[in-house]
Amino acid sequence: MKKSAAVFLLLAGGVALAGLAFGQGKTKISIESWRNDDLKIWQNEIIPAFNKKFPDIEVTFAPSAPAEYNSALDAKLQGGSAGDLITCRPFDKSLELYNKGNLASLNDLAGMGNFSNVAKSAWQTDDGKNTFCVPMASVIHGFIYNKAIFAELGLKEPKTEAEFFKILATIKKNGKYAPLVMGTKDQWESATVGFQNIGPNYWQGETGRLGLIAGKAKYNTGGFLRTFQALSKWTPYLEQGYQSVSYPDAQNLFSLGRGAIYPSGSWEISGFRANAKFELGAFKPPLPAGAKKCYISDHTDIATGLNANSKNKESAKKFLEWMTTPEFAEIYANALPGFFSLSKAKIKLKDPLAQEFVSWRDDCDSTIRSSYQILSRNEKLNNENDLWAASAGVLNGTLTPKAAADMVQKNLDGWYKPKK
Amino acid sequence: MTSMRKLNRKFPVHILVFLFPAVLIYTVFMIYPMIDSLRLSLFSSDAKNVVHWVGLENYRELLTDPTLSNRLWGALKNNLIFFVIHMCVQNPVGLLLAYLLSLKIRGSVVYRTLIFTPTVLSVVIVGFAWKLILSPLWGISSHIPLLNLMNLGVENSALITLSLISVWQYVGIPMMLFLASIIRIPEEFLEAARVDGANAWTIFWKIQFPLLLPTAGIVGVLTFVGNFNAFDLVYSAQGALAGPSFSTDLLGTFFYRTFFGFQLQGGNPYLGSAVAGIMLLIILVGVLIYLFGFQRRIENVEL
Repeated sequence: MKKSAAVFLLLAGGVALAGLAFGQGKTKISIESWRNDDLKIWQNEIIPAFNKKFPDIEVTFAPSAPAEYNSALDAKLQGGSAGDLITCRPFDKSLELYNKGNLASLNDLAGMGNFSNVAKSAWQTDDGKNTFCVPMASVIHGFIYNKAIFAELGLKEPKTEAEFFKILATIKKNGKYAPLVMGTKDQWESATVGFQNIGPNYWQGETGRLGLIAGKAKYNTGGFLRTFQALSKWTPYLEQGYQSVSYPDAQNLFSLGRGAIYPSGSWEISGFRANAKFELGAFKPPLPAGAKKCYISDHTDIATGLNANSKNKESAKKFLEWMTTPEFAEIYANALPGFFSLSKAKIKLKDPLAQEFVSWRDDCDSTIRSSYQILSRNEKLNNENDLWAASAGVLNGTLTPKAAADMVQKNLDGWYKPKK
Repeated sequence: MTSMRKLNRKFPVHILVFLFPAVLIYTVFMIYPMIDSLRLSLFSSDAKNVVHWVGLENYRELLTDPTLSNRLWGALKNNLIFFVIHMCVQNPVGLLLAYLLSLKIRGSVVYRTLIFTPTVLSVVIVGFAWKLILSPLWGISSHIPLLNLMNLGVENSALITLSLISVWQYVGIPMMLFLASIIRIPEEFLEAARVDGANAWTIFWKIQFPLLLPTAGIVGVLTFVGNFNAFDLVYSAQGALAGPSFSTDLLGTFFYRTFFGFQLQGGNPYLGSAVAGIMLLIILVGVLIYLFGFQRRIENVEL
């Protein structure tokens, strides 16, 4: 035993020495992130893949706790101890860092052409002229359903709104399962997986969203109002007592097989894969009557930027350049099913459900949640929070669709003046 | 009295020594933060994060800007309902329980402990447990008609339900305070009354209750201060947005959202401090009303 221990120590020492000698020609870069869940994926898959191409750059993934990330990062940036690469939150938080000079502009990064304008919009200045983070992943909204229940009742995935409500009526008539599983208690689901999920089909995706920002579209007319009206028709199909059902309650109800359709998003995939014992399917938001083109909410969520005061800018830029390649996109998207690469490159996903979600990008135009860019930039009345209350009110039956839409628009008009 | 005057001639240094630790801790952790938050409420920051003096502008904004004042009045109204329910349910029930326990019924120590236990539980646990009990999916409330009416997701019942949960949790405090005072009442008073032919009802209202009035005042003030500072139960059961449709929004949750921000809403420490200033003012007025309107008028009987 003693001998083997000594051999082990010698070996370990040798490896360490070799590492030291080897490490001298290397530059070191580190990555700030809030995704501490992904530490293993970075250490075992992403960084080794990068080092195959760039053996001279040593990369450390250094995440902090999600809730502390924003403040910890601010402190590190002020003290000059922040990492070379910085994981970017979408919209205002990263914009603030860019405006303060903490994030460098990435306009000259060659690979940026691999991303669409919608993908980049979360990490751009308001005029769209400067992009400061490489888009990494988005989440796609849609409906996840229980294939066993669909088979039992002889149902097919709905394509149109009419088919969708027919299916809901059939499940309700059968009486064994809750047709739609969602609660309104936590309020955000009503807005996020309700309103923003089905909405893009009614307001023509980016046309409607940019229309709101430009002041041409209003929440209380046209597509936005029709979204509230469509949402109000969900009420009879939600499970009993939905007003008091919280988000985790709804997740449990669906994964226990007691409900048929779960309005949701792709981030749910790994959770349901772990807990649900039945086969899962997914369909995209059904088309309203008369609509030909489909739109999906493909919400930008995470990106990486360059610390403007980094000492190893060249190496860090090489890493960012690599992050724009299809190779990175494929590794990342497969390691985290449901978090889809924003790259234009065609990627093969191993998880069939994730593949189903991402395939919608081929037929439909992508947009992001209507309230996230610019419109929630207010301390007192916040468009996002208003949509929560309005959507939950509509589903609870305490607000008519028109009243909800009027409230949201009135509150927005109260402080937001579109640029002429 | 003469001996007291003699003591006063020499400055009582030892009193300062005894007071010092408490005053120090109170100053560092209570008085200084309070004054500093009042100071903060007189400032504001502009788009470039430059802080400047604005005087009472934050308060003016809170009271006149309808986007803020609607929430402020809404929270104040909810807070009053919250307080009234505590005064009408928690304190009478606390008094009743204290009276029953004072009768030395069998197992009264066990009851006393059980009733007091929720008070020392973490609010997060209480909120979570009641959320489960009242869950329409897996809670027992769906089988009990009366509990079924207590719905945290419906505007009409959410605030009342939360108030009653809070009453359930804190009823032990008035119970203990009342019990301590009831026990303190000398047995001779009650015996004399009994000899005079008074029944239990008369004894309670004519002898015990008047002697409990100072305690009732203290319980009232504790309830008032506690209720107007309440935040944690709403936060743990309903979230910071105090849904549905702000029907459970208290001054505490309104303060939290304004000061720290919520979701995409950025926080504003200056405006938030102004909310805290208004809360302080309300509590101050309430306590002053108690001091001058109630405490000075009742006789403190030395027993």
